[in-house]
Amino acid sequence: MAVIDGVFLLPLVLPPTVVGFFLLLLFGRNGPLGKLLLRMGTTIVFSWPATVIAAAVVAFPLMYLTARAALEQVEPRLLQAARTLGASEWRVFREVALPLAWPGILAGTILAFARALGEFGATLMIAGNIPGRTATIPIAIYFAVEDNDVSRALFWCAIDAVISLALLAALYYWSHAQEATRVRLARR
Amino acid sequence: MALTVQIAKRLPEFDLDVSLTAASEPVAILGPSGAGKSMLLRCIAGIERPDRGRISLDERTLFDSERHVHVPARSRHIGMLFQSDSLFPHRTVAQNIAFGLADLTPEERAKRVATWMERTHIQGLEHRHPRELSGGEQQRTALARALATEPCALLLDEPLTALDTHLRSQVESQLQETFTEFRRPVLLVTHNIEEAYRLGEKMMLLARGRVVAFGPKEDIFRHPPTRMAAQLTGCKNFSRAQRVADNEIEAVDWGCRLRVSPNQSAARLPAFVGIRAHHIEFGGVDFDEQGSVSRSANTFPCWPVRVSETPFRVTLYLRLHQPPGDLAPHHLQAEVYKEKWRKFRDRPLPWCIRLAEESLILMPQ
Repeated sequence: MAVIDGVFLLPLVLPPTVVGFFLLLLFGRNGPLGKLLLRMGTTIVFSWPATVIAAAVVAFPLMYLTARAALEQVEPRLLQAARTLGASEWRVFREVALPLAWPGILAGTILAFARALGEFGATLMIAGNIPGRTATIPIAIYFAVEDNDVSRALFWCAIDAVISLALLAALYYWSHAQEATRVRLARR
Repeated sequence: MALTVQIAKRLPEFDLDVSLTAASEPVAILGPSGAGKSMLLRCIAGIERPDRGRISLDERTLFDSERHVHVPARSRHIGMLFQSDSLFPHRTVAQNIAFGLADLTPEERAKRVATWMERTHIQGLEHRHPRELSGGEQQRTALARALATEPCALLLDEPLTALDTHLRSQVESQLQETFTEFRRPVLLVTHNIEEAYRLGEKMMLLARGRVVAFGPKEDIFRHPPTRMAAQLTGCKNFSRAQRVADNEIEAVDWGCRLRVSPNQSAARLPAFVGIRAHHIEFGGVDFDEQGSVSRSANTFPCWPVRVSETPFRVTLYLRLHQPPGDLAPHHLQAEVYKEKWRKFRDRPLPWCIRLAEESLILMPQ
């Protein structure tokens, strides 16, 4: 358990460039996974799936930590009660633990999404900067500034801001709607 | 229909080591907090695993350490009622009760839910969520949820402890009603003596993981076999005892000799003598101080050290033989209704008390 925890949390403590470098070693032409993929006739490095892998690996610990904390917060008595009522472990998880841990899992998803949206270092290492193919928004912004193209940088900043704000707004209304339902139920 | 349990489990503070059988009459398990009562229930329900022993219900073996049998909780068909907050907060009352009925058709399920809501008197609450219920309604829902699955045995872990006094008596009569109809093994854990007596037919006293006494409740209250058992049944007064004659013992800690009936079974070699606080009789009220010699046996002068009042009753801490000094501890504590207390409170000291022969409890250990 401690070993698994360590592996899962490593991307959180390591600098993104280090994570990216490890991923490069893993997925590169001579890396164990890279060789395997090559045999299947494909390469990941410097292609758009590499950006997904980088973002996912870097953001995963946040999701994992919050989801685990949320699941651990579920009152054990409720799980025990479900078992004494004849529920299988899968049903206990799906119908009791998961719904009750849902707010925490959602919070973890948002954290992870935000982290993935801003992912830069690892992505650059493993996916590079191929405009139109592997350039993510933060990388596009960086190279726009590098090229002294302020308007392009501003454009991408605006896109980024719109995505983030839309997410926040959706969340706000969603949690508000939940609260309203709770109040309505409580008043009945 | 019988539940047989014989298990041992190592706990941080002590070892749980219990055997018991329960048929159709409810068994109340009484003991102080941390005696292992809840752990015992959790082992039977399959939530915890004992280190050694066997558990069987009817013809089924639920646990056998030698044959490596450990039936998981979900397959034991044992209903469990927890102290509080065991309802699924994201489900309505009806959905909570229906949780254990997943293998029924929707029509059957709805019918079963309605039946049990009626039997536990919570009709009309089906669409409420647990947080919108009173503590009593929550426990009724939890009871309906457990019984709707038609379990082969029912375990209740301090089901009334978290409730307010007036709700407690309502839910208690609900439980009495349920037990009468259930006719299968019921184990009820509590640390409340009166609750245990009212709800149980048989009684088991548990202290530090060990069975101190197990039997019909009347026997256990009338003749607690040990000092620990007497204490758990609420006896407050104890003294070391030594036999001095066939029908006389010396109560060492009370500094007096007491007449006892020679046919009391524990009378042969009593190590302790005890008397319940409400069995102590007061001169001038319960008996005539100027009675004949034989009737004034076991009467002693006493002085109150301290008085503690509740709305209807008074606890008197008494010292025998001589007035209490500043730090003198009390010998006995007596409990009387206030009406009675008013009759003798203004009488001159010392008061005269009697420890009636038939009220004395003699314990071999």
